[in-house]
Amino acid sequence: MSSTAHTFRPLSIFRKSFSHGIHPAENKHYTEHKPIERLPFPSELYVLLSQHAGKPAVPLVKPGQEVVRGEPVARADGFVSAPLHAPATGVVKRIDLVPTSKGPRKEALVIQVYPGETQEVLYGQDRDIDAMSKQELIQAVQDSGLVGLGGAAFPTHVKLSPPEGHVIDTVLINGCECEPYLTTDQRLMIDQAADLIEGTKILMKILGAPRAIIGTEDNKIASAEAIKKVLPADGTITVQVVRTKYPQGAEKMLAKALVNREIPSGQYPSSVGLAVFNVATTVELGQLLPKGQGVIERVVTITGPGVDKPGNYIVPIGTPLRFIMKKLGYEGSAKHLITGGPMMGDTVSSLDVPITKGCGGFLVLTPQQFEENTLSERFPCISCGSCVDACPMHLNPAQLGKLAAKRMYLDMDKYHLFDCFECGCCSYVCPAGIPLVQYFRVSKKMNREMKAASP
Amino acid sequence: MSQAAASSIELRTSPHLRSPKTVDVIMRNVVYALLPICAFAVWNFGISALALIVVCTGVAVLTEHVYCVFAKKPTTVGDWSVVITGILVALILPPALPLWMAAVTSFISVALGKIFFGGLGYNVFNPALVGRAFSQVAFTLPMTTWTPAQLPGRFFEFIPTSLTIPFLEPGSLQGWLSSVAPDGWTGATPLQLMKSEQTGTEVSQLLFGSVAGSTGETAAVLILVCGLYLVVRKMMNWRITFSILVTAALFSWLFYVIDPSQYPDPVFMLGAGSLMLGAVFMATDMVSSPETRLGVWVYGVFIGVMVVVIRLFGGLPEGVMYAILLGNAVSPLISRVTQPKTYGAVRKNRKQAKEGV
Repeated sequence: MSSTAHTFRPLSIFRKSFSHGIHPAENKHYTEHKPIERLPFPSELYVLLSQHAGKPAVPLVKPGQEVVRGEPVARADGFVSAPLHAPATGVVKRIDLVPTSKGPRKEALVIQVYPGETQEVLYGQDRDIDAMSKQELIQAVQDSGLVGLGGAAFPTHVKLSPPEGHVIDTVLINGCECEPYLTTDQRLMIDQAADLIEGTKILMKILGAPRAIIGTEDNKIASAEAIKKVLPADGTITVQVVRTKYPQGAEKMLAKALVNREIPSGQYPSSVGLAVFNVATTVELGQLLPKGQGVIERVVTITGPGVDKPGNYIVPIGTPLRFIMKKLGYEGSAKHLITGGPMMGDTVSSLDVPITKGCGGFLVLTPQQFEENTLSERFPCISCGSCVDACPMHLNPAQLGKLAAKRMYLDMDKYHLFDCFECGCCSYVCPAGIPLVQYFRVSKKMNREMKAASP
Repeated sequence: MSQAAASSIELRTSPHLRSPKTVDVIMRNVVYALLPICAFAVWNFGISALALIVVCTGVAVLTEHVYCVFAKKPTTVGDWSVVITGILVALILPPALPLWMAAVTSFISVALGKIFFGGLGYNVFNPALVGRAFSQVAFTLPMTTWTPAQLPGRFFEFIPTSLTIPFLEPGSLQGWLSSVAPDGWTGATPLQLMKSEQTGTEVSQLLFGSVAGSTGETAAVLILVCGLYLVVRKMMNWRITFSILVTAALFSWLFYVIDPSQYPDPVFMLGAGSLMLGAVFMATDMVSSPETRLGVWVYGVFIGVMVVVIRLFGGLPEGVMYAILLGNAVSPLISRVTQPKTYGAVRKNRKQAKEGV
């Protein structure tokens, strides 16, 4: 199947956007029309203790202990941390090291799922959101183990407690999903629009924000239409459709496109009165909080030309990739599997990598596609300026790349190295095949180490 | 999969997609865009032009390949950039230039203009223009000897000077020209006519190229169309071409308004000489032009002004070559002072900036 076709949308130029960015082939057609389905439970789950930004969770259970689906199995360690809930009824076999998508093995609860269980969620109890105070709500969000499901996995309750003096006037709900192939958010907006609105209302209530904007790209018009049907009549929540462009889903780009605000370098969105949440996070919040339940599963797009049955699936947290891929059928090997999208996702080290809260998609490219996109031939930089014209942060990747190649890591500060959020636009466009963003990842590490070594 | 491969872990980092526009693809497309201009040059000036293009391109490619063999590195001919240089050298030389001089020009272009600086990506100046600047000085007379376009026998007969024996001065063309040239032939290009006699040339001739001049510079409209192909494929920076042409037109219009009897009109300015070829294919050389978006505009305006200044007030009738070479020379400086404004940049005072806070 051809994957280079670009959809032509002449009306796009009238839509809001940010400057720069790129237009990789969207390839949403594999899964965008497939409603969300449920995958069966595997026999074993690997629930990583650290699947969020911040400190790893502390286990509350011991090997041999029985757990019920939805029951808390690990508690948050401090404020910037999140608890974990049992994704299935079964027994904790051991606490063991399992491979993660980033490479190093990390501690996880290995839960053996009881076969033939009904797997009903018996935990949690309905509660009245309207009657709860702001503090109670924030605590409830932390107790639900909710983290940013868009990929960063930053604990949501931390975002709900902005620093002193920051007043949030607008909540931005990020439904852009600019990564090619992925359709998790796109489907959630259609299939669970009511939960999305419910979640948005809760966020607005906690933050005291008078309005919220749900932003999505114009390749997801159906999603925008679905939401419009369930919008509250008071007009506090609106939907805005922006131009389809990568990386529109980055919060800085979204803030620029929707409300024309720039989040200052090194600061939180709250410093300009914004709070940004991903669609999947908001849907989960709207679904779980009124029921008092925790995050035990998530929607994952399994897609790409290498999968036999691509689709959007509800998968219990901790499901090993091997199980999913066996169920759906695929070609190639583990090295052709990418967690997340093709622009910012990583290949996995092993098929035993489990699904985590932050993982919104798995992309399987064919080995041939991988070869096509490999940086086989390198040319010198021809100063074409493509990277400068692509960088959404308006950096000068060409100059940064030259400094990185000469290992002048400290000099890269002058060219705003740490404003780079590694979207990969520069590497994508570079006609010379220079691995720019890859350079910058190393440079940031080296820069920090050098500064630490000689303060 | 073998057992060894299965046990090793291969991790790749993002992005896993890559734009199909690689250096060789871009360069190859520039060559495609130059081919119609070559075809027109051959139609305009006959087999002398054909021989010129073949010799220049051949020598350019050979020079780079032989260098790579001696330097014991894989040949870089495959990136097609040297082919562009070869063709451009041919297009900016006079059609009557002895072929051995053309070969020397082409050699100098690649050796001195490109390899000397470190090869593709490191050349400060447009290589083809370096070669031409060299020949302008070394072979002054042949470099300013022009022949009329569209002579009747051009497809069967070389211009006599083309086949001069290597390292010998070419003979005079006067006898040959008086027998073949149309009545009233003065041996001057439109720009020379303008400079010495303040005589204009018919616009249609300028636009469609039936005038005397360098091999491939005469057909302004064709060059523009070929450039448009690259712009549509997003392989050329239209901002450079656009800013050069607009600046040159506005700036010369200013003088034309002051004194129409002495200064040429803007249309003449754009159509005559090598401005169109220079603005579309030479100034847009990615390596020797600035990489920042604002810098590109500054660079274009600079070249546009210089072209007009040299043409109207300089000692030479044509100024595009020197204007672009000057533009190349200042382009690193332009890049430096036009760094993009970073998203969300926090304003710092000078002291903080100095301390690198």
